[in-house]
Amino acid sequence: MDREATKERIDALIEPFNKKGVDVTDATRFTDDLEFDSLTVMDFVAAIEDEFDIIISMNQQAEIENYGQLIDAVTKLRG
Amino acid sequence: MTDAISQPDRPDTLEGGTKDLFSKFDPLIQMRENLLASGVEDPFGLVMEKVLSPTTAVCNGRETILLGTYNYMGMTFDPDVIAAGKQAFDDFGSGTTGSRVLNGTYAGHKAVEEALKEFYAMDHAMVFSTGYQANLGIISTIAGKGDYIVLDIDSHASIWDGCKMGDAEVVPFKHNDLDAMEKRLRRIPEGAGKLVILEGVYSMMGDIAPLKEMIAVAKKYGAMVLVDEAHSMGFIGPNGRGVAEDQGVLDQVDFVIGTFSKSVGTVGGFCVSNHPKFEILRLVCRPYVFTASLPPSVVHTASTSIRKLMHAADKRAHLWENSRTLHAGLTQRGFTLGTKTPQSAIISVIMPDLERGAMMWEALLHEGLYVNLARPPATPAGMTLLRCSLCAAHSAEQVQTIIGMFERAGKAVGII
Repeated sequence: MDREATKERIDALIEPFNKKGVDVTDATRFTDDLEFDSLTVMDFVAAIEDEFDIIISMNQQAEIENYGQLIDAVTKLRG
Repeated sequence: MTDAISQPDRPDTLEGGTKDLFSKFDPLIQMRENLLASGVEDPFGLVMEKVLSPTTAVCNGRETILLGTYNYMGMTFDPDVIAAGKQAFDDFGSGTTGSRVLNGTYAGHKAVEEALKEFYAMDHAMVFSTGYQANLGIISTIAGKGDYIVLDIDSHASIWDGCKMGDAEVVPFKHNDLDAMEKRLRRIPEGAGKLVILEGVYSMMGDIAPLKEMIAVAKKYGAMVLVDEAHSMGFIGPNGRGVAEDQGVLDQVDFVIGTFSKSVGTVGGFCVSNHPKFEILRLVCRPYVFTASLPPSVVHTASTSIRKLMHAADKRAHLWENSRTLHAGLTQRGFTLGTKTPQSAIISVIMPDLERGAMMWEALLHEGLYVNLARPPATPAGMTLLRCSLCAAHSAEQVQTIIGMFERAGKAVGII
């Protein structure tokens, strides 16, 4: 699956979690800009995992700080 | 401890403009300052000046009923337990000054491991210096690079730290959510080693896990199962072996982790297992090898206590009675509790916020009652909790007194 198609599906998934209506770009950071706490992260990651039928382990999550990195990681995990 | 941490960075920069490494704690220091500025007694600076019994102490100058000690079975002042400790001091001295694998294994360490094997009816037992180290050691040692750990998001800090110390891939799932756990197990690459980590009783809310269903799913996917029964040992299950025993699935659990610092009434941790290769862990588990073993007095008190807990059905029944009475009493007076029904010896009272939680905690202390104030990040969903843990040595009258104290304090603070 290409990056653009992956991004489109994640764009739809993040909407309910983007409570402050932040304009999300590749550079948007989850903790600093979107103010996700650990429970929000868990729910958001679970939504992505279910959508793409993948696992994003905590070890992998530690490497993902912004939205662009998330799309790259999911694109790669989808193979 | 408490006086020294109530000021921000000084100096806030070091030579060459380098930041003080303590700067990262500034938000927490600020939160503490704000809390104490409201005039509330420091919830994390309580001193027990004299301990009168398993259920009463003199705290900050007041005689106080203890309702936050995890001393579930009231073994801390048991005469046989005390006598065993005193005898061990005379016979073996004050400490071992060595690792279990060098000079630190005394007759008492073998004896307490024998007591544990009998208590759980399992083949192997390994005793650590604390419960924290038991989780840290077992988890980090058995789940290595390329393996997957699937665990409940509300797991205890020692479980998380064990995961972090090992090199396995760590995959959490929503608390007690069977479906979420199964999905994650299903997605793990073929051939990878799998460890599922659950707890019998979750200590923040006092709720139990549906172990029977969860373990069946874990086994279906070929995972090994570790269950932390720290808060159920001695109390839950027909023989006090924990929630897995109570739900009839103890034989399906590969590793049970437990502690001596709750029902057993001293300090230490352990793992029991039927795994045929279990004993090799004594050579490869770093938190077991690279620390001094428990003092002789501790292992002798522990084994005496564990053997008495095998025959404590009456105390277990009384503790259940206490838990049901307190749960019903607090519910009836309008408090919001962590569980709809009493599921363990922990009754968790949910506070509207940290400020009123701290006020309520202080009001209870002035009434003469000690409970645990639990706050984020230790709590799920950012909640502030007043966590009550009952003891088999609490009398029925004490429980009624406790309910009255909660009612008065709750009205004074405006929570009910």
